Amino acid sequence: MGELNTAMIERYRNSFLKEVEANVEEGEWVKMCMQCGVCSGSCPLGKFWEHPPQEIFMMIRAGKREAVLQSESVWMCTSCYNCIVRCPRELPITHIMHGLAHYAKRLGLVPKTNPTAKFAQMFWDNLMVKGRINELKLGLALYFMNGFGDGIKVALKNQKLGMAMMKTGRMNPKEAFGGHAVKDLAGFHKVLKKAQELEDARIAQNGPPAGA
Amino acid sequence: MTAVVATNETILVVGGGISGMTAALEAAETGKRVVLVEKRPYLGGRVSQLYKYFPKLCFPTCGLEINQRRAKQNPNLTILTMAEVTGLTGAKGNYTATVKLSPRYVNANCTACGDCAKAVTAEFDDEYNYGLGKRKGAYLPYRMAHPARYVLDPAIIGTPDAERAKAACRYDAIDLEMQEETIDFPCGAVIWATGWKPYDAAKIQPYGYDRFANVITSVEFERMADPTGPTGGKLVRPSDGKEAKKVAFIQCAGSRDRNHLLHCSRICCMASFKQCTYVIDAFGADAQINVYYIDLRAIDRFEDFYQKVRANQNIRFIKSKPASITQDKDGSPVVHGVDTEGYQRFAEPHDLVVLAIGMEPSVDPASFPVPIVLNREGFIETDSANGGVFAAGGAADALDVNRAVQHATGAALRAIQVVNSVARAEV
Ligand SMILES: Cc1cc2nc3c(=O)[nH]c(=O)nc-3n(C[C@H](O)[C@H](O)[C@H](O)COP(=O)(O)OP(=O)(O)OC[C@H]3O[C@@H](n4cnc5c(N)ncnc54)[C@H](O)[C@@H]3O)c2cc1C
Ligand code: SF4
Ligand code: SF4
Ligand code: SF4
Ligand code: SF4
Repeated sequence: MGELNTAMIERYRNSFLKEVEANVEEGEWVKMCMQCGVCSGSCPLGKFWEHPPQEIFMMIRAGKREAVLQSESVWMCTSCYNCIVRCPRELPITHIMHGLAHYAKRLGLVPKTNPTAKFAQMFWDNLMVKGRINELKLGLALYFMNGFGDGIKVALKNQKLGMAMMKTGRMNPKEAFGGHAVKDLAGFHKVLKKAQELEDARIAQNGPPAGA
Repeated sequence: MTAVVATNETILVVGGGISGMTAALEAAETGKRVVLVEKRPYLGGRVSQLYKYFPKLCFPTCGLEINQRRAKQNPNLTILTMAEVTGLTGAKGNYTATVKLSPRYVNANCTACGDCAKAVTAEFDDEYNYGLGKRKGAYLPYRMAHPARYVLDPAIIGTPDAERAKAACRYDAIDLEMQEETIDFPCGAVIWATGWKPYDAAKIQPYGYDRFANVITSVEFERMADPTGPTGGKLVRPSDGKEAKKVAFIQCAGSRDRNHLLHCSRICCMASFKQCTYVIDAFGADAQINVYYIDLRAIDRFEDFYQKVRANQNIRFIKSKPASITQDKDGSPVVHGVDTEGYQRFAEPHDLVVLAIGMEPSVDPASFPVPIVLNREGFIETDSANGGVFAAGGAADALDVNRAVQHATGAALRAIQVVNSVARAEV
């Protein structure tokens, strides 16, 4: 377990809810859930998950820290917003799910094989290089996510899609050699650096005590 | 021309439901002069549209009858039906009310013989039955209506039906020349008892009230259960008339929901328990009832009633606010959701779904003829800024009849205090 994780356990020893409220985006909403079940019943993907959103919120209140932060469920939300529009308490459920995933990532608790987490990381790394998504590299990386043999199989299966994307200009084979960037790449990196600073400051405020 | 005898010691009561009737009678029986203004052609309000009352499961007509008798006997009480307050000026102790009277086209000679109704042909949606049935263009709004006087629908005026009705009447009770009137009269205090209305179920989009015939509201179910109602008391599916033995009740339909009504409507848990007994009474062991709920709120002395319903083997309670309703190929509504106790998904078909619909104030905040303090749900607050205007019953909160009547008696006392102080000042 990471240092940050140990520090957080230390700091919020008895209240996972408080930890979530302080550290997870929109986490302060969790206590507003009245366990009505509308979000879980409305989630088009819910039946494929271990814990629907309503259950996740109950688990937070019940202090099931590891079960929540290590769950695959928080990575499964596709941001369809079905739950948000129906929640009688107007909880920003989608954002809380993403907030939890993000927090789990910071703490290093994401299940190693979770495909969504892996893809999110790839997407991020890809975007960071040029400020634009390099569809070709991202696509290739995605194919080979589970190793070389698997990658070839997936690539062949998706051959048609790739060709179509190239024809319509959505994907350019030349992107393999560097690819195009945003106009002011240095500026883009500066913006992100600043955002990271702000985020770090916010985290430091709620996070582990200095020195931990 | 309608004449009203009134002074600034008169109490005006707006709305003649159980609350308005109670407030008006309590005040009139202490010797105060009272004018009761009711929008409908009859008194009783929404209580007259219920089949039975919880918790005793007696018939509301019984309580209404007592009040109607009290009203008939009291010389201090003037009742104006088909009337609406369109203006109120002045201040506490000295108001002038403007009231618009719609023509009934039937005068006091009417014996309620019903010949006019037999003579006319055009039919209209029956508002008393929430549109579940039809009524004629000459009609008695309901069996026990007070005043027991027929009404002509304005839509038949100028058509042959109006002439047919007039020709059929042997008592010279039909007056096709009646016009809308506007009258002004003074009053010292006002009791606002305009009650509630069911929340518009079609706004709860995922439940498909406007798309599925077999999804109805609790107020409609009351009419369906009534032997004098549109189905003769048979609990049936509106789509095909088949018996509705497997029934779902969906609680908090529109209530406790920031997308709809913020408040708990407070009576709908009890109303559904009561309606469960209608299904059990109709089908006995063949009844299959599912009550979907967030929490069950059988307030204070109603706990016993709840326990009795709960003990019935044919009624299941499922802790879940359903996410949506779809319709299968037989026209059966299928209720979808996740059970909070165990997080199990369900997709349960029923013959009929009853939405335990929320109660909202009947008067739109923008249409009050006087400035008035409302809470965020639109109910009237007790506030000295309201001067001599006091709310009673459903206009002040979502209340059951017992509480509405208590509240109305309180409002009558406040109004009496105002007109008493007017009387003292004038001595
Ligand atoms: C499904 C259901 C079942 C229920 N069952 C029960 C039960 O079993 N037992 C129980 O105790 N309670 C029951 N209730 C609650 C009960 O209906 C209310 O407590 C009761 O109707 C309140 O009476 P009220 O006079 O305040 O309002 P209302 O009954 O709404 O009467 C208001 C009156 O004011 C009139 N009005 C409105 N606006 C104007 C205007 N601008 N000018 C003039 N007149 C106007 C209306 O026409 C109406 O006659 C039930 C409610 C629901 C939804
Ligand atoms: S819909 Fe909202 S209130 Fe209901 S269980 Fe989900 S988050 Fe909680
Ligand atoms: S936004 Fe996410 S959690 Fe909400 S319904 Fe869609 S997939 Fe489910
Ligand atoms: S209006 Fe005339 S015909 Fe109609 S019910 Fe009254 S008395 Fe009978
Ligand atoms: S009384 Fe029951 S059904 Fe009605 S709003 Fe309150 S909890 Fe919901």
